[in-house]
Amino acid sequence: MSVLELGTAVRADPRPDARPQHRRLPGRSWQRWISPLALVAAWQIASSTGLLPTRLLAAPSTIAATAVDLAGDGTLPTAIAVSLQRVLAGFAAGAVAGLGLALVAGLGRAGENAVDPIMQMLRALPFFGLIPLFILWFGIGEAPKVLLVALAVSFPLYLNTFAGIRGVDGKLAELARTLKLTRAQLIRHIVLPGALPQMLVGLRQSLGVAWLALIVAEQVNASAGLGYMINDAREFLRTDVIVVGLLVYSALGLLTDAVVRLLERRALTWRRDFLAR
Amino acid sequence: MAARLPGEVTAVAPHPSDGAPAASVRRLTRRFGDRTVLDQLDLEIGRGEFVALLGRSGSGKSTLLRALAGLDDDVEGGLTVDGSVAVAFQEPRLVPWKRVRANLTLGLAVPDADKKADAALAEVGLAERAGAWPLTLSGGEAQRASLARALVREPGLLLLDEPFSALDALTRITIHRLVLDLWAAHRPAVLLVTHDVDEALLLADRVLVLDGGRIAHEAAITTPRPRHRDHPGLVSLRSALLAALGVSPEGTP
Repeated sequence: MSVLELGTAVRADPRPDARPQHRRLPGRSWQRWISPLALVAAWQIASSTGLLPTRLLAAPSTIAATAVDLAGDGTLPTAIAVSLQRVLAGFAAGAVAGLGLALVAGLGRAGENAVDPIMQMLRALPFFGLIPLFILWFGIGEAPKVLLVALAVSFPLYLNTFAGIRGVDGKLAELARTLKLTRAQLIRHIVLPGALPQMLVGLRQSLGVAWLALIVAEQVNASAGLGYMINDAREFLRTDVIVVGLLVYSALGLLTDAVVRLLERRALTWRRDFLAR
Repeated sequence: MAARLPGEVTAVAPHPSDGAPAASVRRLTRRFGDRTVLDQLDLEIGRGEFVALLGRSGSGKSTLLRALAGLDDDVEGGLTVDGSVAVAFQEPRLVPWKRVRANLTLGLAVPDADKKADAALAEVGLAERAGAWPLTLSGGEAQRASLARALVREPGLLLLDEPFSALDALTRITIHRLVLDLWAAHRPAVLLVTHDVDEALLLADRVLVLDGGRIAHEAAITTPRPRHRDHPGLVSLRSALLAALGVSPEGTP
């Protein structure tokens, strides 16, 4: 019966855009929860029976209780505020540097010759390896942490924005010439919007790497923040606190990623409509 | 018969026109490496004249158009265009991140640019698509928007670079009529680059064949519009033009 209907539908509607719809069948989505929940349950059982000692990994129930405690006594909010501040400051500095350099390199041959070789050289450096130098240069305060985040952020933004600018369709640049656009108009109406999709890819990469850089930076000589909380907990074998800290890191990472996705949806509507067709 | 016939397809002579021509090309040469694509080419396009430029692929049609559009800095020779030039390309080249109306007003430094854009869109039958994203337009709609973008600049010379070649046959017929209507209403000089002999015969006042880097053949078409492709004058001219393009007419070996 249904096969027969399918057949007639195809004959009656031969448009090429009549694609089969991939609709998720009801009852499928809850099935995806089974294995993660089973894993947590097994973990809980292993902890409760003593098979998994607390000094290696605390029980899920303990972790949940600790999270509530830490949130309640203000430890966690304070730590998050400190870490978030570092990431935001570092991100802002790195974004300004990365985008600025990409514009200089992208908009002119002279700028490219001046900036790009240096950026390609620096990119090859393992920037976590710079921590000892950063400590020597900037001490153990906030500066080396913020700067490490800034450095980590600037490269994905630079590389993607530069590639985005260079990837703008040359035919549109030619059109701009026939429309008698000035150079400023060309940059504003053609080059920058054309580079935006690739720049947003860079933004997502750089936010991901910003949290990573922060975690590494906070392992060293921090006296506040999530990294400090985790390091301090290690001294006292508090695996529950360590896991809470890790979960907060990943939640913050997911949150910033969601913000960029939202930004993408708003900035690239001209493309979304097309893709949704 | 109005159209000049095969043997009379002539070499270039200055075209009679009122006042200064819309475009004038003198001894235009363009080399790519050691290949000379345009070789001391002379051409004059009268004000309001509709000229079609035919040629085999690689004959330099697009090179000439690009030179007239001011897109080629490496041409030698004289090139004067009276008034502004607008181009409609083979692909519509709408800026995808600008809505249709904004595509028309891009670089348009006149008062009431939006109103003018809306009027132009209405003329090409796209009034209700002014707020649409270009990627949601059909091929014919996009090409009409591209025409509107060229016309809203009120050009003295309108360059059409095979703008109908990617359209389906039915859409092409509609757009041919639209182009003639727009041309009659605004009277820009038009240079239509095409490889379609029938298209040239239906639309143009004068047909040129580019070969060996020069205008090798030229024919005036005085058959009144709207033209039908089976008009006797056009039929004989078609064979002559096809022969000039190196294609033997149907029915002969």
